[in-house]
Amino acid sequence: MASPVEEKRVPGDLAMWCFILAELAVFGVFFLAYGVARRQAPALFAAGQARLHLAPALFNTLLLIAGSATAAAAVRAFSANRQRAGRWLLAATLGSGCVFVVVKLGEFAERLKAGITLSTDTFWMFYLSLTFFHFLHVLLGMVILAAVWWMAGDGRYRPGSLDGVETAAAYWHMVDLVWVVLFALVYVAR
Amino acid sequence: MTTAATATLVPPGDDASANVQLKYRSQAVAKPYFIAAIGLFVGQIIFGLVMGLQYVIGDFLFPEIPFNVARMVHTNLLIVWLLFGFMGAGYYLIPEEAERELHSPKLALVAFWVFLIAGALTIVGYLAVPYATLARLTGNDILPTMGREFLEQPTITKVGIVVVALTFLYNLSLTVLKGRKTTISLVMMLGLWGLAIFFLFSFYNPTNLVLDKYYWWWVVHLWVEGVWELIMGAMLAFVLVKVTGVDREVIEKWLYLIIAMTLITGIIGTGHHYFWIGTPAYWQVWGSVFSALEPVPFFMMTMFAFNMVNRRRRDHPNKAAVLWALGTGVMAFLGAGVWGFLHTLAPVNYLTHGTQITASHGHMAFYGAYAMVVITMISYAMPLLRGREANGNRAQVVEMWSFWLMTVSMVFITLFLTAAGILQVWMQRMGDSPLPFMVAQEKIAFFYWLREAAGVVFFIGLVLYIVSFFVTGKSRAPR
Repeated sequence: MASPVEEKRVPGDLAMWCFILAELAVFGVFFLAYGVARRQAPALFAAGQARLHLAPALFNTLLLIAGSATAAAAVRAFSANRQRAGRWLLAATLGSGCVFVVVKLGEFAERLKAGITLSTDTFWMFYLSLTFFHFLHVLLGMVILAAVWWMAGDGRYRPGSLDGVETAAAYWHMVDLVWVVLFALVYVAR
Repeated sequence: MTTAATATLVPPGDDASANVQLKYRSQAVAKPYFIAAIGLFVGQIIFGLVMGLQYVIGDFLFPEIPFNVARMVHTNLLIVWLLFGFMGAGYYLIPEEAERELHSPKLALVAFWVFLIAGALTIVGYLAVPYATLARLTGNDILPTMGREFLEQPTITKVGIVVVALTFLYNLSLTVLKGRKTTISLVMMLGLWGLAIFFLFSFYNPTNLVLDKYYWWWVVHLWVEGVWELIMGAMLAFVLVKVTGVDREVIEKWLYLIIAMTLITGIIGTGHHYFWIGTPAYWQVWGSVFSALEPVPFFMMTMFAFNMVNRRRRDHPNKAAVLWALGTGVMAFLGAGVWGFLHTLAPVNYLTHGTQITASHGHMAFYGAYAMVVITMISYAMPLLRGREANGNRAQVVEMWSFWLMTVSMVFITLFLTAAGILQVWMQRMGDSPLPFMVAQEKIAFFYWLREAAGVVFFIGLVLYIVSFFVTGKSRAPR
């Protein structure tokens, strides 16, 4: 048996952290490209941004932040072996993700009805690419959360064996972090 | 203590006949595939030298071997010898991973001869008759698929490739299904199935030029920047498991990360070929962003190779194979990763598209990633196929010389072509009075001469590599 030696460790699976870094790199490059394109056509971007609705986007931001908080609380609950609370908190994160998805789908539907496509202009190209790419990550994050929620049913996440739930929470924090930057860059900064 | 792997390599008794040290007898079918691969590799380099000379002496060997024919033979031989290498690797690696004999060794040998004869006939066709005549003779009008770069093969040859690939996949898939399933064998199979599936797009030849190019890249890009990387990762992982004795669990985690990154960056990264062919403009952003990260999986492969060798739990006597494995990691990252990144961003590619910069990347990437990984596999497996764990010391020294000669000369080929490319872009595409193509070409001829000289050194390295198979000396394997 391994002795419980205290050592430096990252929460969750190291592989997930590599994956998160790679994801952040992709979004980072995308944001950089957005910045460069915006510098080249400030008027076009301003016109596009003026048509965005701030309120639902702000609502979505708060949702994701709240979801991150419940995910972190879930990890803490499992680390205190409070199984029921842990599962409920994971479900709350999942729920916040669901509402985010519904609000976002509404936004996409509105754009689609207005005839906006990837080829409308550079702003809308970036808007659709960035938000849709992030949207896919929300879905993936929800799949991971749901899997962990399901597996938590047998009480496998206990003090000292939290890898799965930490991994899921880390990924969800990444999804949240990217959205906060996206929200600031695309919706707010004008 | 020696590991179980070492123990199985000791032949029972004194009889050191061939195959006795193979874990599974049917792995022996890999041998003809590897020999054919090396033979075709020699052909590829000879035609490369011919073409390199035609760059500076335009009518060299004209009209017998025009430049376009030499180029076609050079690139087609490359693809075919790598396919032979992958197939040999598959036949060697899958039985060992699945822990059972190959489903049908006979079928593998039949497929070998069909593939070799079809390949040879195709090359003879390229050289013997004008391309248009070849198209007519092989009934290209029935199902037109010819005339596109890298996919020049007559339709009948393409059908042959599909048949050979199907028997290969059938053979290996049944072996895997009936045996042990490992991450390495699953990644290898995913790569090989992907290779076959994406090749089917070579039969789709739309009249719309944009669509034609669009799907052409589904073969070319999704091969070399997609499924081939999976094959490469699996082959590298297999050799590293064998020569380092590091736990599978560690190696498999790396492999998962590498394939995840390959697919994330590589699939949408196809967009870096869609910049200027008439596709929508958003591809310029998508292609740039995703392909900018394509070096990541290659960098991970470098880290992977060095990390595993540093953590090795045994010193394998086949030092040459370890050298090739590490070399693959470094050269693939430089050639495919760094040299690819150099011109992958749309604003840069606007100037460099189709110049010698592309050629420099092509040379180092194909050598560093795919030629080297196949040689790594051959270097590891061939001694075993010939009945010993590793070659004798002298043979390994010669092989290592060939490694350095080929690798260093390829670095120089790449640097000379990069220099030529930068000058070409500068003279032909920038400034107020850009020069015509041929004028710019004449001004950079010096670099083409240097490239040809480096090519000759590469060829010497290749000859030494072949010599290393015939160097005798004491085998290090216990007798």
